[in-house]
Amino acid sequence: MKKVLLLTVLFLATAVTYAGGYRVSLQGNKSLAMGHTGVAVINSSELVFFNPAGLVYLENKLSVSVGAHGVLANVNYQNSATGENAMTDSGVGTPFYAYVSYQANDWLAFGLGIYTPYGSGVTYEDDWAGSHLVNNIDLKAIFIQPTISIKITDKFSVGGGPIYATGGVTFNKNLNRTLSDLDGNRTEVTLEQSGISNWGWTASWMLKASENLTFGMNYRSEIILSAEDGDATFENVPNSPATPFAATTFDAELPLPAEWSTGMSYKHDKFLFAIDYNRTMWNVYESLSVDFAPAEIQDTELLRNYKDSSTYRFGIQYNASESFTLRGGYYFDESPVQSGYFAPETPRNDSNGYTAGLTFRVGSRLEIDASFLYLHFKEVDASYDYFVEGSNGLQNQYSSFRGTYKSSAFVPGLGITYKL
Amino acid sequence: MKNTIKFMIGALAIGLVSCEPEFENAVIDEGFYDAGDADFSTYVSLGASITGGTADGTNYMFAQENSYPNIMAQQFEFVGGGEFTQPLTSDNIGGLLLNGQPLPGYGTRLVLSFDENGNPGPTPLEGTPTTDVATSEAGPFNNMGVDGSKSFNLVTPGYGDIAGIAGGTANPWYARFATSASSTVIDDAVSLNPTFFSLWTGNNDVYSYASQGGIGVDQLGNTDLSTYGYRDITDPNAFATAYSAQVDALVANGAKGVLVNIPDVTSLPYFTTVPAQSIPLDGATAGAVNAQFTLYNGALGQLVAGGFISAEEAASRVINFVAGVNYPIITDDDLTDVTAILQGAGLDAETAALLGQLRQAKDDDIIILPASGVLGTTPDPSNPTGVVGVSIPLQDVYVLTSTEKARVDTATQSFNTIIEGLAAANDLGYVDAKAALAEVASTGHIFNGGRMTNAYVTGGGFSLDGVHLTPRGYAFCANMIIDVVNTTYNATVPKVDIGTYGTVNLHNN
Repeated sequence: MKKVLLLTVLFLATAVTYAGGYRVSLQGNKSLAMGHTGVAVINSSELVFFNPAGLVYLENKLSVSVGAHGVLANVNYQNSATGENAMTDSGVGTPFYAYVSYQANDWLAFGLGIYTPYGSGVTYEDDWAGSHLVNNIDLKAIFIQPTISIKITDKFSVGGGPIYATGGVTFNKNLNRTLSDLDGNRTEVTLEQSGISNWGWTASWMLKASENLTFGMNYRSEIILSAEDGDATFENVPNSPATPFAATTFDAELPLPAEWSTGMSYKHDKFLFAIDYNRTMWNVYESLSVDFAPAEIQDTELLRNYKDSSTYRFGIQYNASESFTLRGGYYFDESPVQSGYFAPETPRNDSNGYTAGLTFRVGSRLEIDASFLYLHFKEVDASYDYFVEGSNGLQNQYSSFRGTYKSSAFVPGLGITYKL
Repeated sequence: MKNTIKFMIGALAIGLVSCEPEFENAVIDEGFYDAGDADFSTYVSLGASITGGTADGTNYMFAQENSYPNIMAQQFEFVGGGEFTQPLTSDNIGGLLLNGQPLPGYGTRLVLSFDENGNPGPTPLEGTPTTDVATSEAGPFNNMGVDGSKSFNLVTPGYGDIAGIAGGTANPWYARFATSASSTVIDDAVSLNPTFFSLWTGNNDVYSYASQGGIGVDQLGNTDLSTYGYRDITDPNAFATAYSAQVDALVANGAKGVLVNIPDVTSLPYFTTVPAQSIPLDGATAGAVNAQFTLYNGALGQLVAGGFISAEEAASRVINFVAGVNYPIITDDDLTDVTAILQGAGLDAETAALLGQLRQAKDDDIIILPASGVLGTTPDPSNPTGVVGVSIPLQDVYVLTSTEKARVDTATQSFNTIIEGLAAANDLGYVDAKAALAEVASTGHIFNGGRMTNAYVTGGGFSLDGVHLTPRGYAFCANMIIDVVNTTYNATVPKVDIGTYGTVNLHNN
């Protein structure tokens, strides 16, 4: 067991990365194994994330859940008109979570969660066909959420709390499709900022309609991460007054969108069925705008125009024996990306998630949770049509970056739950 | 339960192994693109500077890497194309050394610099060339483009003899990699056993004449190459002999390929940037200048009366400046030279020579790019009224007159007829580069993200020497040729997005 713990800690130490949009729905091994449902499932302290109102219904005085996932995600790109092709080399991302729930009395519970609901790590080969949009990006965000849960009646509870979000980003891209120094080395910019923080909040309710039927709803607010005076560095810059790219600072904003979740669960014999619906308010992500400090360096605006998107989740749990609980699930994750705005730093089209997992009980207090997610993306022909090549003063001249994308993600996960 | 665990571990293992997403039909899979009836395993390109990837007045590595044959070879890799070697220079400075000494006339590349007022202009890059003709790697290379070569140079033994450089019988760019002092470009190329070739030669058979304002001779009717100067237009029969010898050698072993015709060289920015009308004068100055030419204009009538020139020529030679932008005065070697007659009539030798073949430029005269550094200047600082184009005629070398341009057009047409005929006779692809570049020069070529034109510096297609292409221009040529390769040989070689290829390079020394 010590080795498992050690391994888990090691996972925690590495960066959070994920290819395929920057909402990372991996907030608990038990929940993920059931298609990442949980807004109406009373199971463990994973409720700190899924529905704080439910904490007060947990049976134990103290409940701790800690875990991590290994994300093996890659994106394959090709353009059949030109033969250009690329495969990301994104390594292994390790989003993690740690939840504690404490039952103060029979109507009041407290909770604390640390988790990583947003992140992105995509690395293409430098100077690849889409290098004017991204060479590599590494986005990390950690949420810290103290929580209170209050039972209003035996059947209805509410919960919520503030969220402190802290994060950092490193983003490297070539300045445009052609600019280079005298030797033909492409001019590139690296944007870097860490320790960006902001506050948000979450609120929820849970209704135990009957012994077997539970409903829940959760809202997590939008949090804007604003990079101020981040570091911008440039490489391979021509020695010319027309290219005044010296190291400087930049301002940029990255929204972490609000999310609504609502769902139900139904218990039958040894089975539990769960359905969740998520609505993520991606509409807030209009553009990735970088404002460089000096006036002579032109600001960058990469239009995104995301739309709000839905996710439909289904999960099933089976208590196989004293020692084992088995889980399975499925979800359909709708892409927030609109036609013509498909950018390779978040190459996200609709996906189908297939999940499975189990819990193995070691004694009465300790549980080992394992899960596995296979995220399947269809091959998609898509384009980003809004890269600004220049302007005549009245309107922009855009170029289009198009091709076929095929993404996939394999996500094994491991965690422990300790109950007292 | 053990089985469950085994299943989980098994699923994990499969997941890790098959982690990379794969396309149903991947472009890198064999068979995605089709070579059709062609075999691209050994591609060899022949030609002159455009084929070699010359840019900004010289050859340098980065430009060579963007030569159209190299771009094509990269695309041919999708259909079985093999390695493609090029005679890369040693640096990105450009220019040549011969035995460690700078070779005169082969200077560094041009870069676009901004002066203290923010005005952009081409400037030679500071630096010393490191590419030495004497120590460069010997060929043959897949890209046998030789900067400055004419059609018949490719079949001339000794064209790469380093000892012949000083005397002008050899070309230092070919001397760099010629396999021997007596080798020919075509023999070196054929020694690679090409399965596929492209041949784009003949541009210099007209360009060398046009680029120096037609100071050479149109050798129409003279096939004796030994009597030719470099600035002469090649006779079509001499061209046909040299060209068909190359085609015969290339197809002898069954190779397939394409022949590229000769564009209208006068559509290059080198010929289109300086306007014919370029001398701004106010009314008073125009009047003062005209007074200087009263005697000359009067003398023209007497020359007609004396039967020395026609009334038509006299009319074309009348000098008249007006308030506004004027045509410069020029020396035109197609006019009757009346120097001796004027001298006989009592003019001093210098003035007589100045007026001997004098006229004012017309709309259909082409003033070449280097004239922009000469027009309006006062070559003699002690004589502020001696202004080029106003009181000193712009030299013949700077002006391609309409008469001279007609010779270029006629020869180009003859050459292209020959090329098209040889393509048809040998079942080769025929690439109409003339039509493609005419599109660039007239409407511009629209691509993903912009429009490429023949405008100097800003058009995106032409490098700072106004003649050779930018990487984007070369990518355009690669696409133009791939189109013909595909239709001729039923192939599906993918083309490139020319918007991803660069244009002129910015640099302040």
